Amino acid sequence: MPAPESILRFDGVSVIYDGVRVLDHVSFTLAAGETRVILGAAGAGKTVLLKTALGLISPDEGRVSLFNQEITGLRERQLFAIRAQVGMLFQESALFDSLTIEENVAYPLENQIGVRVDPAEVLPRVEAILKDVELGHTLDKFPNELSGGMRRRVGIARANVTYPKLVFYDSPTAGLDPITANNIMSLVIKQRDQRNTTTVIVSHRLQDGALMANYRFNSQSGKIERQRHTGALDTHTKFMVLQKGRLVFEGSEDELHASPDPYVAKFVLEQAQSA
Amino acid sequence: MSRAPYVSINAETALLEILKAPVSTLQDFCLLAGKALANLFRAPHYWDDVLIQMDRIGVGSLPIICLTGGFSGAVMALQMSKALDTYGASSQVGQIVSITLVAQLGPVLTSLLVAGRNASGIASELGSMKVTEQIDAMRALGTDPVQKLVTPRMFAMTVMLPFLTVIADFVGMLGGWLVALGLIGTTSALYWRGVYDILVFADVLQGLIKPLVNGLVISLVGCYYGMATSGGTQGVGRATTQAVVVSSVWIFVINLFLTQLFVNL
Repeated sequence: MPAPESILRFDGVSVIYDGVRVLDHVSFTLAAGETRVILGAAGAGKTVLLKTALGLISPDEGRVSLFNQEITGLRERQLFAIRAQVGMLFQESALFDSLTIEENVAYPLENQIGVRVDPAEVLPRVEAILKDVELGHTLDKFPNELSGGMRRRVGIARANVTYPKLVFYDSPTAGLDPITANNIMSLVIKQRDQRNTTTVIVSHRLQDGALMANYRFNSQSGKIERQRHTGALDTHTKFMVLQKGRLVFEGSEDELHASPDPYVAKFVLEQAQSA
Repeated sequence: MSRAPYVSINAETALLEILKAPVSTLQDFCLLAGKALANLFRAPHYWDDVLIQMDRIGVGSLPIICLTGGFSGAVMALQMSKALDTYGASSQVGQIVSITLVAQLGPVLTSLLVAGRNASGIASELGSMKVTEQIDAMRALGTDPVQKLVTPRMFAMTVMLPFLTVIADFVGMLGGWLVALGLIGTTSALYWRGVYDILVFADVLQGLIKPLVNGLVISLVGCYYGMATSGGTQGVGRATTQAVVVSSVWIFVINLFLTQLFVNL
């Protein structure tokens, strides 16, 4: 069986702000169809890692390759075509507050260089994906008229409306109550499994990773269902733990729980206790 | 004794950072200005955004511009008539109002008002977008923020400020006329003949070039401080203040240099 295509590759990447290494020699490879859960405390460098992967931040050391193309040192305009294959949900959704929900979700379809959509198709596509995230009634509203959870769902819709091959989710459940957080995670899983999208999710909650690893969207029943824990499934979801910019763990969920690394063990234990 | 060299090195580094900061700011500003100007000649062009900005900057600033222009002309006529009366030349009030408004006061006052109203607005709008990651989102969604946000604002303000200045000049002349007619006792014909006769091509050109350059600088300063915002809502407030202060200072500096240029023409 051939090895899956590499979609994202970090090779000794460091990002330095004011002399502090917010990413410190991080190396990993993300394969097509894989789900990668990046865990870590606040300030561990999770968001910086995602922004570096998308070329929004240039690394001070090392190389980043996205879809087999090295993006380190590329000009902003050269990055647009590569970014067209990637969707991203920002931490606070980052919706354009002067645009309606419809305009926000339509934005990548109408403006993204490298995305070609027939203008007649834009509205039906926007309506369909907003219905998918259970917000079909909010087209004319502005972001400030929605709750935090609803804004996050609009962000998920905007990240997926172009049907990207790779989607980054930056702390999709941060600051949300447990019920809303679980609803958001269901939508993330649904978007991932509907088109078999390669997914990278950053979170400080271990349970978000557990949901990603153990639940699948069943297109026939239209529901999120728990999967039997098998070796085959484990290869699709990998976990990484960042500590002060350093990658201290990379492996499966079982390996995470069995990790001898003191920081990882403490992180897992504290998360289990708080859950 | 052994700590002295460290103190010296730290002081040197700190001094170097203080000296480097304005140079670095100027360099970043010039890079932004270069990109924004280059975007005028490459697609995509966001004409909808240009029209929206023209409406906000141009039409939105009209009431305050007219009010300030009118009162400036009236006050100038009133004040000058007293001085001119000493020489029995109060009939010349139209000339004084006209030349002062068109060459100096009109461009500077209008630019200062637009800087206060719009440089602050631009800096706070872009600053809010920056701290809420909307600028990053724009980049992630394949749009150049300079092309989408900076170039339309720069173009709109550079085009609208000369028009606003012309309107402010005219309303100022009207204000002067009302005072000349009602309080000084000059005839309308004498006032308007003085207004027209005193102006030469260089004065009118000066009165149009100044707002053109000011418009370019005010918009770019507002955009620069907005795009460079960091530090949450406090940072947005800081960016807004800096944008108004820096653009106001630049208006006076530009006025001095352009006046010197036109005086020697």
